[in-house]
Amino acid sequence: MSSEGQSKAEHGYTGELAVLLTALRAILPSDSVLWEEEDLRPYECDGLSAYRRLPLIVVLPDTIDQVQAVMRLCHQRKVPVVARGAGTGLSGGALPHSQGVLLSLAKFKSIIDIDARNRTARVQPGVRNLAISQAAAPLGLYYAPDPSSQIACTIGGNVAENSGGVHCLKYGLTVHNILQLQIISADGELLTLGGAALDSPGYDFLALFTGSEGMLGIIVEVTVKLLPLPERAQVVLAAFDDVVKAGGAVGEIIAAGIIPAGLEMMDKLAIRAAEDFVHAGYPLEAEAILLCEVDGTNEEVSEHILKIHDIMQNCGAIEVRTAKDEQERALFWKGRKAAFPAVGRLAPDYYCMDGTIPRQHLPEVLRRIGELSREYDLPVANVFHAGDGNLHPLILYDANKPGELQRTEEFGGKILELCVAVGGTITGEHGVGMEKIDQMCTQFQPDELRQFHAVKDAFDPAGILNPGKAVPTLHRCAEFGAMHVHQGRVPFPELDRF
Amino acid sequence: MDKDLTAKLEAHVRGALTRSAPLRISGGGTKSFLGRAVEGEPLDVAGHRGIVNYQPTELVITARAGTPLLEINAALHERNQMLGFEPPHFGDNATLGGTIACGLSGPRRAYAGAARDFVLGMKLINGRGELLHFGGEVMKNVAGYDVSRLMTGAMGTLGVITEVSLKVLPHPASELSLVQACSIDDAITRMNLWASRPLPISATCFVGNRLYVRLSGAETAVASARRHIGGELVTDSPDFWEAMREQHHDFFAGAAPLWRLSLPPAAARVPLSGACALEWGGAQRWLRTDAAPPEVRRVAAAAGGHAVLFRGGDSDERFHPLPGALLALHRRVKQAFDPKGIFNPGRMYAEF
Ligand SMILES: Cc1cc2nc3c(=O)[nH]c(=O)nc-3n(C[C@H](O)[C@H](O)[C@H](O)COP(=O)(O)OP(=O)(O)OC[C@H]3O[C@@H](n4cnc5c(N)ncnc54)[C@H](O)[C@@H]3O)c2cc1C
Repeated sequence: MSSEGQSKAEHGYTGELAVLLTALRAILPSDSVLWEEEDLRPYECDGLSAYRRLPLIVVLPDTIDQVQAVMRLCHQRKVPVVARGAGTGLSGGALPHSQGVLLSLAKFKSIIDIDARNRTARVQPGVRNLAISQAAAPLGLYYAPDPSSQIACTIGGNVAENSGGVHCLKYGLTVHNILQLQIISADGELLTLGGAALDSPGYDFLALFTGSEGMLGIIVEVTVKLLPLPERAQVVLAAFDDVVKAGGAVGEIIAAGIIPAGLEMMDKLAIRAAEDFVHAGYPLEAEAILLCEVDGTNEEVSEHILKIHDIMQNCGAIEVRTAKDEQERALFWKGRKAAFPAVGRLAPDYYCMDGTIPRQHLPEVLRRIGELSREYDLPVANVFHAGDGNLHPLILYDANKPGELQRTEEFGGKILELCVAVGGTITGEHGVGMEKIDQMCTQFQPDELRQFHAVKDAFDPAGILNPGKAVPTLHRCAEFGAMHVHQGRVPFPELDRF
Repeated sequence: MDKDLTAKLEAHVRGALTRSAPLRISGGGTKSFLGRAVEGEPLDVAGHRGIVNYQPTELVITARAGTPLLEINAALHERNQMLGFEPPHFGDNATLGGTIACGLSGPRRAYAGAARDFVLGMKLINGRGELLHFGGEVMKNVAGYDVSRLMTGAMGTLGVITEVSLKVLPHPASELSLVQACSIDDAITRMNLWASRPLPISATCFVGNRLYVRLSGAETAVASARRHIGGELVTDSPDFWEAMREQHHDFFAGAAPLWRLSLPPAAARVPLSGACALEWGGAQRWLRTDAAPPEVRRVAAAAGGHAVLFRGGDSDERFHPLPGALLALHRRVKQAFDPKGIFNPGRMYAEF
């Protein structure tokens, strides 16, 4: 007997598996239904590989009708459904359910239409983020949100996570750059949220759905806004001998009335790693570098670059460089965009955090992260979207060393609680997923969590979409609270402890 | 004048719940014309006012819902900042809460974003009498569902907004407006052509056979765009945009029903009688027409958008009707926030 058979038997699901398989094969071509262990393996985790689990079945529909039929079936049989795009998510959002169907949108990869006059693109959810901009480029247009994973991640996943990128300081997140979604509800109905105009009648379900992590429906089509490619973009690299000075420069740029297209910071360890990896020409002696990009018309860019140069210098930069051409600009960014994999080369494993804080607390938060790093004896590299206070501390660890993953997770949890304590949030763009479910108990009060559950019930009364993710049950929080008494205050005092 | 009336508002909502008394939520009362009439006990939020936190370098302002928009604008102006969505006031008493509840945006909307795009977080009282806080004061936050944006434009039917945090923008370094005479068809073409180029446009408007363009940004950028776009300089530029935004412009005078059509920006001129003004690069169209409401809605829908009976007319149906499945979802979401249906019942649609 294969281990597959055993694991299925463990779930007491062998009978259900057979019934489901038969029903799914009646809906989908047989090669679009996977259930043997070797076929399921590639789907066992997303970008957060510390969490792994095999689904019962993987389905790969390629028409909206098929998605509807799958949802109707799963709804009727109360089978959990987890949607999956490219699986680059960093919070375990696409982690399969062991007794459920993993619904991959990988076959939905066509760009249906680009409307040059209205500057929109209608695309299927499995289209890669970068592919949209590539398709729009001949028209002088592009899709603004640019997550570092843009060569791989899908637009469906972007919508489900409300993903950002290095350019979202000026151009906004996914929610600011989409117009319409076609979704399949939990019970298999096709709904249109938003529209072709800038607003649509009724509640703003388009916004509610964005960032809902596959909990409210399956996205089967996305209409995005396209923007004109800027006439020119230029990036300034400034090096600092002190992280606090770099943080100060960020505030000064904003105070000068400039909204840069991107404003990113990397600390010493991240600079080293990126430099070793892509040879971007980063100054290795710096404690921190800032990458500040401005775009717009030719004149505007020149004017702003001069100002930024001055500000960086006044804030104590030890070196300020302006990329001399497009090639150097791309190189400066390459180091930043490759920062995660670069840091990944420093240790067997890394764990990427995603808190956001009001920028003024940056020095204090970085100092505290440094202290925690020593306390837990785990190195941290810091890469972040400095302009909007979104931190990505990368904790380096070795999962094969006993207890190290657990220590890492505890350390990570501390960082997130620190973000909340200074008035920030546990996740800026990667989502809650499976990973930050406990920290949700720190961020929200029971009444607020109950309201989230009520929203979920309105969309998915049977609770079949991505169960157990994004919003913790109050009991889970009670358990978590018993372990972590937050700021001397027990959360959820009214709930029974166990 | 700052006053925190949260506890009072909570108590009022709880009282209304026990009495099963519907509430008519109001701020400055400046937008009561919008939407359907509501029968209910007045719940006055205007007294709950004051800027709670304003951090210019964080680009964030947080204020209580009753804070007058004028006060917020003045505070921002002092630090050379502004509300990016340039909301209409429709009267000096306009409050922040009412503005966000109605989700109205002004001339800058197509170029900088809508009210909901600038909402970062919110405190609200739901229909169980609970004070809840969603989002926050940071630019990026994906913890939990985006309730703050859902509340924006929900016309107070999901809860009482008590506090709002907004992203703010720096004032552009320089600004000017240009005007040129043209037909409506040419206006639609030009607006969309400009929008497909990287030009520092912050507002467009076609009214009375004249096409207005506002340029905002770095001085050099504005100067070069001016050469590109051409036309005459508008001498009373701020007044013109304010008149359009506040609907004091002559176009809005008279008794003919005022319709707001929200369409894809490049949609052709609509085949309806009556005067038409365009804003937002063609995406927002004002229409003074006596055409039958179903006809206006049919035309708007056929053009890929929807129609709101904004002022006047005698139809009781103000917002564009929702298709069945979507209406059912609205009811369930309403139920999720306001199970007893006490907040502004019927303000948006008769059904909830
Ligand atoms: C190296 C690296 C760099 C990254 N950089 C960034 C960054 O700069 N900014 C950023 O925001 N993120 C970043 N990410 C995270 C990740 O790429 C994004 O969250 C991305 O949007 C996920 O897209 P995906 O297609 O891989 O989705 P998946 O990982 O497959 O799924 C993510 C979530 O979306 C749901 N989902 C997917 N498709 C659908 C659908 N069609 N309908 C409903 N729900 C769906 C899933 O159930 C899951 O909850 C990075 C990740 C990596 C590995």
